[in-house]
Amino acid sequence: MNKSVYASPDQVSETKRHILTVLVDNEPGVLARVIGMFSGRGYNIDSLNVAEVSNDENISRITIVTHGTSEVVSQIEKQLLRIIPVHSVTNLDQEGSSVEAEVALVYIYISDTNKKKVYQLCDLYRARKIENENNTTIFEIAGASERVNRFIKEINEITKVEIVRSGPVAISSIQKNEEE
Amino acid sequence: MNNKITGAEIVLKSLAEQGVEVVFGYPGGAVLPIYDTLFKQNSIKHVLVRQEGGAIHAAEGYARSTGKTGVVLVTSGPGATNVVTGLTDAMMDSVPIVCITGQVPQHLIGSDAFQECDTTGITRPCTKHNYLVKDVNKLSSVFHEAFTIAQNGRPGPVLIDIPKDVQFASGTYEEKNKIIIPSHRLFEPSPDFEKNKIEEAVELISKAKKPIFYIGGGCINSGPKASKLVREFINTVGSPVTMTLMGLGVVGSSDKNSLGMLGMHGMYEANMAMHECDVMINIGARFDDRVTGRLDAFSPNSKKIHIDIDESNINKTINVDVPIIGDVKQVVEKMIALWKEKKFKIDDKTLKLWWDKINEWKKVDCLNYNNEGNQIKPQYAVQRLYELTKNTKTFITTEVGQHQMWAAQFYKFEEPNRWLTSGGLGTMGYGFPAAIGAQVGHPDALVVDIAGDASILMNIQEMSTAVQYRLPVKIFILNNEYMGMVRQWQELLHGGRYSESYTDSLPDFVKLAESYKAVGLRAKTTDELDDVITQMIETKNTVIADIWVTKEENCFPMIQSGSAHNEMMLSKDQKQDKKSAEKGKILV
Repeated sequence: MNKSVYASPDQVSETKRHILTVLVDNEPGVLARVIGMFSGRGYNIDSLNVAEVSNDENISRITIVTHGTSEVVSQIEKQLLRIIPVHSVTNLDQEGSSVEAEVALVYIYISDTNKKKVYQLCDLYRARKIENENNTTIFEIAGASERVNRFIKEINEITKVEIVRSGPVAISSIQKNEEE
Repeated sequence: MNNKITGAEIVLKSLAEQGVEVVFGYPGGAVLPIYDTLFKQNSIKHVLVRQEGGAIHAAEGYARSTGKTGVVLVTSGPGATNVVTGLTDAMMDSVPIVCITGQVPQHLIGSDAFQECDTTGITRPCTKHNYLVKDVNKLSSVFHEAFTIAQNGRPGPVLIDIPKDVQFASGTYEEKNKIIIPSHRLFEPSPDFEKNKIEEAVELISKAKKPIFYIGGGCINSGPKASKLVREFINTVGSPVTMTLMGLGVVGSSDKNSLGMLGMHGMYEANMAMHECDVMINIGARFDDRVTGRLDAFSPNSKKIHIDIDESNINKTINVDVPIIGDVKQVVEKMIALWKEKKFKIDDKTLKLWWDKINEWKKVDCLNYNNEGNQIKPQYAVQRLYELTKNTKTFITTEVGQHQMWAAQFYKFEEPNRWLTSGGLGTMGYGFPAAIGAQVGHPDALVVDIAGDASILMNIQEMSTAVQYRLPVKIFILNNEYMGMVRQWQELLHGGRYSESYTDSLPDFVKLAESYKAVGLRAKTTDELDDVITQMIETKNTVIADIWVTKEENCFPMIQSGSAHNEMMLSKDQKQDKKSAEKGKILV
């Protein structure tokens, strides 16, 4: 595919993963506004998380994992700020150190042959058993996405699993906060 | 609790408090309560259009010619979907609009009810903000916030969707000054915003050898004072200035510093100056692709200053050196003060060298066209229209296509807000309803829609509106029986295969005017032209002037898509090299 002659001059910056947290008024349609901006302008959403975070002020925090060059991500931030109910946009990668975590629920088929291995692995990753019936167990694992990825990869090598993941949420780390 | 009124009454009361004088609209089932209330009052005038698309373009024309917010009132379903084009148009060109749509009663929402559509869903990407009001007690605060958002920062369209049961319900009205809008929902430049950047910018300008001001529609949106300040600053600096299609009129055409319009069909000298300049001062423009041409060859050796109220325009397509986020009039006022305070001046010799170069480019005479024979050239028609209307307070609107570019090239604008055209979206059918809106806002002015024969048919039904309200709008059709700009691209880029760009069976525009009880005029040759224009101006009625122009005239100069500012085509004979033409073909 030929590069469009309207495309920007060759970018030097590389494509990177970014975590954006967006504080929004918790009003109907606000999520649609945010994700509609992404699809309408051709940006990527790798994962998305929304929840109300303060009871009194009706504010929700949206955590979006995206990837792009720094130029693209800076454009995403500015476009998000144009949305009327958006309070603030924080790029946690630019903020420096941040802490992220996600939750995965893993539905694992257990047999006598793999039982030991599965429990060992879950122990190693501190995955918590939350339900158990006959040959199936549901484990919960929380932590950084990379850790969850590794767990899933290894458990997949042992047995058949079904997985649901929340995608990461993130916050700037304590060290960072104390510096300020 | 006796001070409760109905939702419909709250709508009208909110509009009245916001100073709305006129609403453009079309009734229907889901807005009947509002129309009923409208019937019982006298302070707000309603202009009944013939299709909702006409209402929103009329509101745009009203807004852009008066500086006020345009208001539209339409019903649910098809009423709402018909305004989508106009909302997008207003979004692209930053026009303040408040659009009220009816919605089916709340208990029917989601049931695929008659004339139901997801209005807020459909219009989310083409409005600055929109609301579905479910609580009648919130209606007045929504209206006041909507008007503020439409006008605040970079203006734009705001839509309010009101279910029919909310229009009937009774609730309390809150006054404008009782509403507190949280600051994150508005654009609030801090009082000493970007001070360092302004200093940096002014200093950069003072050291320029080849400066150019690049002026856009943002200067018009900032109000008439902004144009005055921009003119003053440019005069003080002594720099040349070029304007975008949306910025025409900010600096007068006759101003000694003006190089006219730039971009795809802009002036040779303006584009060359943009290419060669060393300091570019972009005020209220957004480096649109019609202006920049090929991005990697855009003004390669300049430092760029960019003043814009919308931060997302900064570094969107072109990286700039000194970005300043703010309102044009506030920023330019500070720049002038600083320039004077520091006694900055670009020395005359340096400026003269730059002007000498520009004057060389001017000698190319890029708008030159062959005006032989007694057939009317479209360029000549616009020139004559200008000559015969220049001493009258005239508003020009256009549709989209060749005639639009000829109007921009040959009609000379001396003031802001007199030129209304669809720039960003390029909406054929914009000009006539916009002219109706401008005429409603300026009953005594001359309003002319310079149109093409194809574009005018897109909203021709509004003839009925113009005649009903005795609006003496003039439609000046440059009739070549083609979709001229499509035909031009087909000639230049698609081997002259005129696929579907010829309009067979055009109406007889004179008879068409007469059938609406308007006046129809026709000029077939150059010697009839002046008489027709004069008669058109003097007629105190809606007029269609059908001007038969040469059929295969092309609009030059032209930077073909994918070419740079210094690769302009001045005529058809000057073919582009094949490679860049092929590249340009995939672009729009």
